[in-house]
Amino acid sequence: MLKDITLGQYFPGNSVAHRLDPRTKLILEILYIVALFSANDWFVSYAFLALVLGSAIAVSHVPLKSLVRGLKPVVIIVCFTGVINLFWTPGDTVLFSWWIFTINLEGVYRAFFMVIRIVMLIMGTFLLTYTTSPITLTDGLETLLGPLKKLHLPIHELSMMMSIALRFIPTLIEETDKIMSAQKARGADFESGSVLQRAKAMVPLLVPLFISAFRRADELAVAMECRCYHGGEGRTKLRVLRYQGIDYAAFALAIVVLAVIYTLRFLNV
Amino acid sequence: MRDRPLEPIIRVDHLTHTYGEGTPFCRSAVRDMSLDIFPGEFLGIIGHTGSGKSTLIQHLNGLLQPTSGKILFHGQDIWADPKKIRDVRFRVGLVFQYPEYQLFEETVGKDIAFGPRNMGLTGAALQERIEEAAGFVGLSPELMEKSPFELSGGQKRRVAIAGVIAMMPEVLILDEPSAGLDPAGRDSLMGKIRSYHQATGSTVVVVSHSMDEIAENADRIAVLADAGVVMTGTPHEVFSRGAELEAVGLTVPQVTKVAMELHRRGLPIDPAVYTVAELKKALLALKGGRSGC
Ligand SMILES: Nc1ncnc2c1ncn2[C@@H]1O[C@H](COP(=O)(O)OP(=O)(O)OP(=O)(O)O)[C@@H](O)[C@H]1O
Ligand SMILES: [Mg+2]
Repeated sequence: MLKDITLGQYFPGNSVAHRLDPRTKLILEILYIVALFSANDWFVSYAFLALVLGSAIAVSHVPLKSLVRGLKPVVIIVCFTGVINLFWTPGDTVLFSWWIFTINLEGVYRAFFMVIRIVMLIMGTFLLTYTTSPITLTDGLETLLGPLKKLHLPIHELSMMMSIALRFIPTLIEETDKIMSAQKARGADFESGSVLQRAKAMVPLLVPLFISAFRRADELAVAMECRCYHGGEGRTKLRVLRYQGIDYAAFALAIVVLAVIYTLRFLNV
Repeated sequence: MRDRPLEPIIRVDHLTHTYGEGTPFCRSAVRDMSLDIFPGEFLGIIGHTGSGKSTLIQHLNGLLQPTSGKILFHGQDIWADPKKIRDVRFRVGLVFQYPEYQLFEETVGKDIAFGPRNMGLTGAALQERIEEAAGFVGLSPELMEKSPFELSGGQKRRVAIAGVIAMMPEVLILDEPSAGLDPAGRDSLMGKIRSYHQATGSTVVVVSHSMDEIAENADRIAVLADAGVVMTGTPHEVFSRGAELEAVGLTVPQVTKVAMELHRRGLPIDPAVYTVAELKKALLALKGGRSGC
């Protein structure tokens, strides 16, 4: 049950999307978000962006089904945004009115495009995490943010913390699953009862989980120290990131896409 | 055990379990498996790493739900009424691999009480259960008031096992109970489990990697390989098929290896002997027969 969480899960593969430099993918992701939010609120722009996203998905070989499943946890947020926009957009073409609720044509369009925008935003982000392993991603992030070290920001430490956290999420999920099963085998009931009872039922789960998390942290710290880890100073990388031909091609494509979006916005179609 | 009743207490009926169905990581850990467990027997389950042992036993008390197939407990499908699954868990006790990591209470006694208390027991009846269970695994009474986190690894494991025994399950299943213990601790723990089996007459299922351990304790053995049952039978029946065992990545007990080698060299010894005592008897008989050796 806990395993159903796909947020940030990596799908191993060897497609063009997998082989792109993580920095490229991060920059493209940002450009894609910029494009999404600068797009003119009309069908042409969104159809064009959907085409871009569609081709990216096709190139990545990530099954569409997994991407759609990833949307499940955010359905509520999406619906909420849709409803808010539907009712609270000012406009003149009233379609429907009852008590304090009014729906106008502008609201319908606005809600529709907002939902599309969020869905495409989430799918785009998932595409990034589906095609980039967490370790590569943090590697890319660290290199991209590297210049900020000059401002004495602890970029290396942050990225190390992030990769360790990412590394241990699946382990902790697995552990939670195991402890839950073990306590269920002794008749623990996590699913029924009042809020208070349920909170109390978590004790047999949380105590062993915390103990094992601390034990793991301790072991990891010792293991890192044994291998002479001393922070980012003078540390070299196992895989040095280098831009390839496909990265330059991807950047060129991104510029074209942005140009099209801004042209459409300028022409207001 | 020739006089075994024909009615199994647990029947695994064409069980298949697929983890992560519909994801690129999907794989069947158990495929079309059928197995009977009889009342009062001591069943050993062996198989190489990843052969599906842990997956199988988590179905027996309804922790995992079959992808297809059924688990029958006393002839009843345990998933016939999903609301009653908790009841099945009290009657089929399962001790996980490395169970010491599930301890959470302030004292050993309270931790052992967790299971029986969930069953609704209180007061003197509860206390009696705790003492009895602690006795079976050899935990001395003065440990009861200690924190489980102050105990040694082996003692913690005993506490965890006592926590399941205290529910007095009809079937007790243990997943690699002796993993990670030293040889003395291993023998002593297996001895405790065996005497529990004899004292209560309940059904015991032990999963293990160690052939020697299974050979010494089990009435019957089921051999798992690649998500299915490849052999079942008495230790003697199973170990007489040494070549097949090796084909699925398992070995016969060390005593059996000696017997097989002696047999190969022409001595009239049963190659499927599986305990030291038996081999000793066979060798002494041989010596007695041939004078002047
Ligand atoms: N929670 C899970 N999610 C996905 N796959 C799993 C899960 N648990 C087990 N598997 C896979 O199922 C297969 C069988 O695992 P299982 O734990 O049943 O093996 P096992 O016989 O108990 O092995 P071992 O002797 O190492 O304990 C393995 O290949 C494993 O990778
Ligand atoms: Mg196992």
